[in-house]
Amino acid sequence: MKILVCISNVPDTTSKITFTNDNTAFNTAGVQFIINPYDEIALSKAVELAEGGKGTVTVINVGDASTDATIRKALAIGADNAVRINAVPRDAWFVANQIAQYAKDNAFDLILTGRESIDYNGAQVGAIVGELLNIPSVSIAKKVDIAGDAVTVEREIEGGKEVLTAKLPIVIGTAEGVAEPKIPNMRGIMSARTKPLDVLEPSTIDVLEHIVSYETPAPRGTVKLVDASEVEKLVSLLHDEAKVI
Amino acid sequence: MSILVYVENTDGKFKKSAFEVVSYAKSIADNIQTDLVAISIGNVAEDELAGLGKYGASKVLNVDNERLASFVNQAYASIIAEAVKSTGAKLLVLSNSFSGKGLAPRIAAKLEAGLADGALELPTINGDKLTVKKTAFSNKAFATLELTSATKVIALSPNAYETKEVGGTATVETFAPNIDQLDFTTLVKEIVRATDKISLPEAEIVVSAGRGLKGPENWGMIEELADVLGAATACSKPVSDAGWRPHSEHVGQTGIVVSPNLYIAIGISGAIQHLAGVSSSKTIVVINKDPEAPFFKVADYGIVGDAFDVVPKLTQALKAYKGI
Ligand SMILES: Cc1cc2nc3c(=O)[nH]c(=O)nc-3n(C[C@H](O)[C@H](O)[C@H](O)COP(=O)(O)OP(=O)(O)OC[C@H]3O[C@@H](n4cnc5c(N)ncnc54)[C@H](O)[C@@H]3O)c2cc1C
Repeated sequence: MKILVCISNVPDTTSKITFTNDNTAFNTAGVQFIINPYDEIALSKAVELAEGGKGTVTVINVGDASTDATIRKALAIGADNAVRINAVPRDAWFVANQIAQYAKDNAFDLILTGRESIDYNGAQVGAIVGELLNIPSVSIAKKVDIAGDAVTVEREIEGGKEVLTAKLPIVIGTAEGVAEPKIPNMRGIMSARTKPLDVLEPSTIDVLEHIVSYETPAPRGTVKLVDASEVEKLVSLLHDEAKVI
Repeated sequence: MSILVYVENTDGKFKKSAFEVVSYAKSIADNIQTDLVAISIGNVAEDELAGLGKYGASKVLNVDNERLASFVNQAYASIIAEAVKSTGAKLLVLSNSFSGKGLAPRIAAKLEAGLADGALELPTINGDKLTVKKTAFSNKAFATLELTSATKVIALSPNAYETKEVGGTATVETFAPNIDQLDFTTLVKEIVRATDKISLPEAEIVVSAGRGLKGPENWGMIEELADVLGAATACSKPVSDAGWRPHSEHVGQTGIVVSPNLYIAIGISGAIQHLAGVSSSKTIVVINKDPEAPFFKVADYGIVGDAFDVVPKLTQALKAYKGI
């Protein structure tokens, strides 16, 4: 089984999010970048499926040279080889087209993405790749089983789950529960240095959207404390002041 | 520029998100003086369909076919894209629900449309350009996105826009796509729904608990409090990682993002990753025994105290208030 895992390079989850250039650009000063946590789940699942010579795992990232450290980490976790499409990601349509182009040329059985990236929260790339390749896509999978070319996926729905069956090839967006995160071991880290990382030039794709500006949420007022022996007061405040009950 | 809105149903009844997207799309339609057409797929009765008129749809396209009774991502996406083309709509609105997240990008790709996912407010429309505010950095920030494509898609965040009855009527028309050409390769085998539970992303009140609860056996008082409030239950990541609660209850940057009217956090420290998923809640109440817990910094109301003491008392006080 040939598996492609799409990974995105995102600010560490503890990062303080601030902006520069009159709130038009994300301030990367002092920010650590990591593999998008959901993509790490996708990668862990891919490595698990390929274990014991049952397949190969390629990771793909659309990014400039600054993402190489994140890609090497993915190789350390267990991907066999990596591809970087040498372009600063613009919108989801742009990124998905680059990935779909590569996938078309290399016929994968399974394409995994994280359910969404924790920076732009688009949750778009996987489904667009599916559309461009004319194969099915499942977003927000909680469980994935593959036997031969038969795929069983548990998908999250409001208030429950849906179990669906499909066939390879397919694109799946993974959420928590799909795989235990794999921690790179020493051997993985050593071998990651020599595993192939190909850099390909992007195709020309017009973008459909762009971000005009950012803002951070307005701070809340200071907290009103209620004494633990006066919970009735909290009930009144929620009713009379906050008007939420 | 006419507008099409896709409405989701569960077992033939429209979801709350369906009324939200119709109300939202109606406001846009009024602003640019055009009509609003809705499309429904699945088995929905005539009066339920016509009921969308109350929220501002003037026409409802009804796709009723046995094979479409349950959700099929690819097939649904093709039908909605076809409806966009046949109605000449320049804007499609749908909910950024779990199914919406799967559908919207595929529809947008078919139409080469820009997609504003997780929109939070009404858009500003200026000629051919549309800008709208959406979540970014998992709720730690907002982005104003500009769509420049000819056709545009907005996926509205659940709970971001209030439903509004405007009291009109809608005509119902059959819309019959060519079923044989649709992709049915993903098939629903089973749907498991906890029918007695309130769905977390749509809930107006959420009662959430963390590692401070010590173990899964202590969730009874959380469920009781949630019951009294008609709330959904949620938890922090370590709680679902430990298997105390299901992953579907995990809120935060790497879990579900919620924006209820009231979020009650019990025994949760308020780590930045947790806050990212809940900070757009309208009112936040924190119950924690540590007065230094970071959660108090973003709370509207707080009680410094032991959850095992405070929660049952709060439940009692709410019962008294509600006369239960
Ligand atoms: C990549 C990454 C992603 C993450 N994503 C998420 C996410 O999406 N969501 C999330 O929640 N976390 C996430 N985390 C984890 C996050 O950093 C915190 O570890 C987590 O939120 C802490 O959970 P907690 O508050 O339940 O537990 P703790 O931090 O252990 O806090 C327990 C709290 O309970 C209080 N307490 C203890 N006993 C009592 C009592 N008897 N009565 C009242 N209060 C009591 C304590 O004072 C303390 O404040 C992520 C971490 C990483 C690294």
